[in-house]
Amino acid sequence: MYIKNSTQENKIFHNRAIIAWFLMLLFLSLIFARMYYLQVIQHQDYITKSEENSIKILPLPPTRGLIYDRNGVLLAENRISYSLEIIPEKLTEKLDHILDKLKNIIVIEESDITRFKKQSRQKRQFNSIPLRHRLTEGEVARFSVQRHHFAGVEIQSNQSRYYPLGATGVHAIGYVGRINERELKRIDKSNYLGSNYIGKLGIEKYYEKQLHGQTGFQKVETNVKGHIIRVLERTSPIAGKNLYLNLDIELQKYTEEILSKHRSALVVIDPKTSGVLVLASMPYYDPNLFVNGISYKDYNALRDSPERPLYNRAIRGQYPPGSTIKAFVGLAGLEHGVRTKYSRTWCRGWYSLKGQSHRYRDWKKRGHGSVNFHSSLEQSCDVYYYDLAHDLGIDRLNKFMKRFSFGKKTGIDITGELGGLMPSREWKRRRYNKHWYPGETVITGIGQGYMLATPLQLAVATTTLSNHGKFKQPRMVFAMDDPKSNEMSIISPIIQKTIHLKRQDFWKTAIGGMRAVVHSRRGTANKVGRGSRYRFAGKTGTAQVITIKQSETYNARRLKKKFHDHALFVAFAPLKNPRLAISVIVENGGGGSSTAAPIAKKVMDHYLLRK
Amino acid sequence: MNMQTRWTNKHFLHLDTTLLFGLLTLLTLGLIILYSAGGQNIDLMIRQLIRIAAGLGIMLLLAQIPIQKVFRWVPWIYLIGVLLLVLVLLIGTTSKGSQRWINLGFMVFQPSEIMKIIMPMMITWYLADRPLPPSYGRIVVALILIVFPVLLVAKQPDLGTSLLIASSGIFVLLFAGIAWKLILGFLSLVGAFIPILWFYIMHPYQQQRVKTLFNPEADPLGTGYHIIQSKIAIGSGGIEGKGWLNGTQSQLHFLPERTTDFIYAVYNEEFGLIGAGILLLIYLFILSRGMYIAAQAQDTYGRLLAASLVSTFFVYIFVNMGMVTGLLPVVGVPLPLISYGGTSLVTLMAGFGFIMAIHTHKRFLSQ
Repeated sequence: MYIKNSTQENKIFHNRAIIAWFLMLLFLSLIFARMYYLQVIQHQDYITKSEENSIKILPLPPTRGLIYDRNGVLLAENRISYSLEIIPEKLTEKLDHILDKLKNIIVIEESDITRFKKQSRQKRQFNSIPLRHRLTEGEVARFSVQRHHFAGVEIQSNQSRYYPLGATGVHAIGYVGRINERELKRIDKSNYLGSNYIGKLGIEKYYEKQLHGQTGFQKVETNVKGHIIRVLERTSPIAGKNLYLNLDIELQKYTEEILSKHRSALVVIDPKTSGVLVLASMPYYDPNLFVNGISYKDYNALRDSPERPLYNRAIRGQYPPGSTIKAFVGLAGLEHGVRTKYSRTWCRGWYSLKGQSHRYRDWKKRGHGSVNFHSSLEQSCDVYYYDLAHDLGIDRLNKFMKRFSFGKKTGIDITGELGGLMPSREWKRRRYNKHWYPGETVITGIGQGYMLATPLQLAVATTTLSNHGKFKQPRMVFAMDDPKSNEMSIISPIIQKTIHLKRQDFWKTAIGGMRAVVHSRRGTANKVGRGSRYRFAGKTGTAQVITIKQSETYNARRLKKKFHDHALFVAFAPLKNPRLAISVIVENGGGGSSTAAPIAKKVMDHYLLRK
Repeated sequence: MNMQTRWTNKHFLHLDTTLLFGLLTLLTLGLIILYSAGGQNIDLMIRQLIRIAAGLGIMLLLAQIPIQKVFRWVPWIYLIGVLLLVLVLLIGTTSKGSQRWINLGFMVFQPSEIMKIIMPMMITWYLADRPLPPSYGRIVVALILIVFPVLLVAKQPDLGTSLLIASSGIFVLLFAGIAWKLILGFLSLVGAFIPILWFYIMHPYQQQRVKTLFNPEADPLGTGYHIIQSKIAIGSGGIEGKGWLNGTQSQLHFLPERTTDFIYAVYNEEFGLIGAGILLLIYLFILSRGMYIAAQAQDTYGRLLAASLVSTFFVYIFVNMGMVTGLLPVVGVPLPLISYGGTSLVTLMAGFGFIMAIHTHKRFLSQ
């Protein structure tokens, strides 16, 4: 047997037991101290984190406003579109396997898969990620039948912008598209949290703020999988405003049909309201292609087409206005006292500056003989305006023309308008660091040389002339309504002014000359005026695309089509109480009287004579 | 004390009502919080109630047996336990990356769990009838007896259980009175062992858990997720807590393993610092009563076994609370008698059965 010292062992044990108990107390106190630290000292911090975990703010996107024409025809609407979405977490089979099976019933391109995989790496696995947008009805039906084979794959319905008339009016209406990164930097992100689209062009872009509306929000409690447990707070979205345009879509469509053979643009303005009735640029394209992202193939085809369908000729096409500006140059002569309506100029077929041998040719080789303002407009005599421009000088001419919005933007409510060019000494020095030559003033008198104008500017200037100087900003939109309150608000032009000439009858003289263009026997466009059921005023224009050498003459048959002259025509009708002002340009169309004037007449007839 | 002895003599059942009161209070509180943590799942509650009933039954049963009779069988049970642990590594069932179970056909059985009870009994058996403090030779043998099964369990791998088994054996040595210089030497040895543990024994997932402890935010969606969510749950509870069934972290499932290892976070989110204080007091009550029983035991066997079992119970509490509050790495140790799960509950209750037996069978020796 071993000798055990019970007392000694007992003592040691009791000693250790007491130490152990105190150590336990110490460590439990340590835990309590830790709890105090977490639950009292850091409490606020963790309360915040706990709420961040479970409380989420979800955007409620507003419905985009609709766009109607002046007669209530729907031009842009929101349709339900279906997209195929995948929740990776819910898939029961391998992704590649699922995709192979899906390809049998739905068209899935390689680019769809690439985009899907990129997005799925950026999001958590319980999020729904789109694979294909804009499913056809057939695809939706085929998928619905076989839905049970595809756990984790769902069809989601979204509101999608749709333009029921397709390409008609696209250069006026524009289109929406998915928000890109550049736009993301510019916009108020919180207002676009749930929005898929943003206006990219045209009215859709200019009126983006009104069309988009105000995003609503709901504060929800979600569980760890993101499912909503309950709604804590809700602010309803405010739908975008509906727009009513001045555009007459029926006339627009008719115009586009007439223009369809040409690269061309046509603008019609109602002189009373300065509302834009037609804004056509041809060729055009279907805006629906752009809404959910255009394919590279389609986009390249549009971009690389030599006809340049994406180019909005009506507001961005800057052309030499040619003879269409002669009425305004003539008015400048009267206003500055350089000419009276009786002053006569002898036209022998060419003009030259003193001491220079260069001959500025008239379109009529033999000349027009003695002409005054009226007959120079009627026959479009160039020499009268060469001489007049020279007498006025570029500075006075520039100032006067600018009063009619030449060389500056008209302020139309479409994004992207260009202002054309009204040259001056000052401009040439800044632009080219060169002196202004007198010869340059001479050709500016017939709208050649540096001067450029857009079809919209020509229509606006013609409107001003028809109104005897009353100018208003051209307007695409005439009213907006608030879908909630149903209140309609009229949009009136912001800038209104009147051009006061020294004598009110100057207007009559200019208009009389333009009336003679179409209604007199010698008028350059008398063919279109003959037999007209209403009286109107017009002016032809032919703009040279290339310079013809002194020793050569213009011969369309020997020139390539792209060097043919541009054909222009401006008009307003009827003569008394005009209801429309119009400008047409046909690129490389040849003569203004032969190509442009008949087009304008058809459009005017359609508008004025239809029942 | 005499009153107590007389009372137990008079009655048929051998049990310590004071300890039983502490345990029942704890189990009740456990059921209350499990109801909330489990999402008010009645099936879950019934399963836990069955386990509690089984645990109480085993406790009552073991409390009736004089502890000396059990000790006769201890070396054999230890031997069988070690053999079973070897068997687990050879033919065990694998689940969640570790091999812990033996499938007996009618039930799945976890030998490492039994080792938690056998280990302190084995070391007590080996040391108790020789003079204490034990000789160096005996300490070495005792350490070998401890290390061998601990390594087998660590190999499964089951870090939490091997830690608990090791501490239950080491506590016997400590209470047996080994010299302080040896304890210090041992601690420095453990310190030296840590790099070996890190580089040769620990699995990458275990290493990750330790790394996560020091910087949970480095991987918030991966390994740090448990700790971050647990701290958010506790911290957002505040002093009064969010109220029973109202903890968002647990009710909305942000907190993982909320019925098992992380139930303490649910408790604190809903009952706050006040609840934490109450729970710690209940645990302290049970620990104190256990240590008191150990101190009152009349032979070395009872003394060492009771003190070791109580201390191991404390290790459970400290390791679980430490990991849930972010003080210790995540080693799968449940909150004793509260976490959902069968085996540890039954083993712990069996341990308390032995402790009660030690207290209520004293008269045999005293006369």
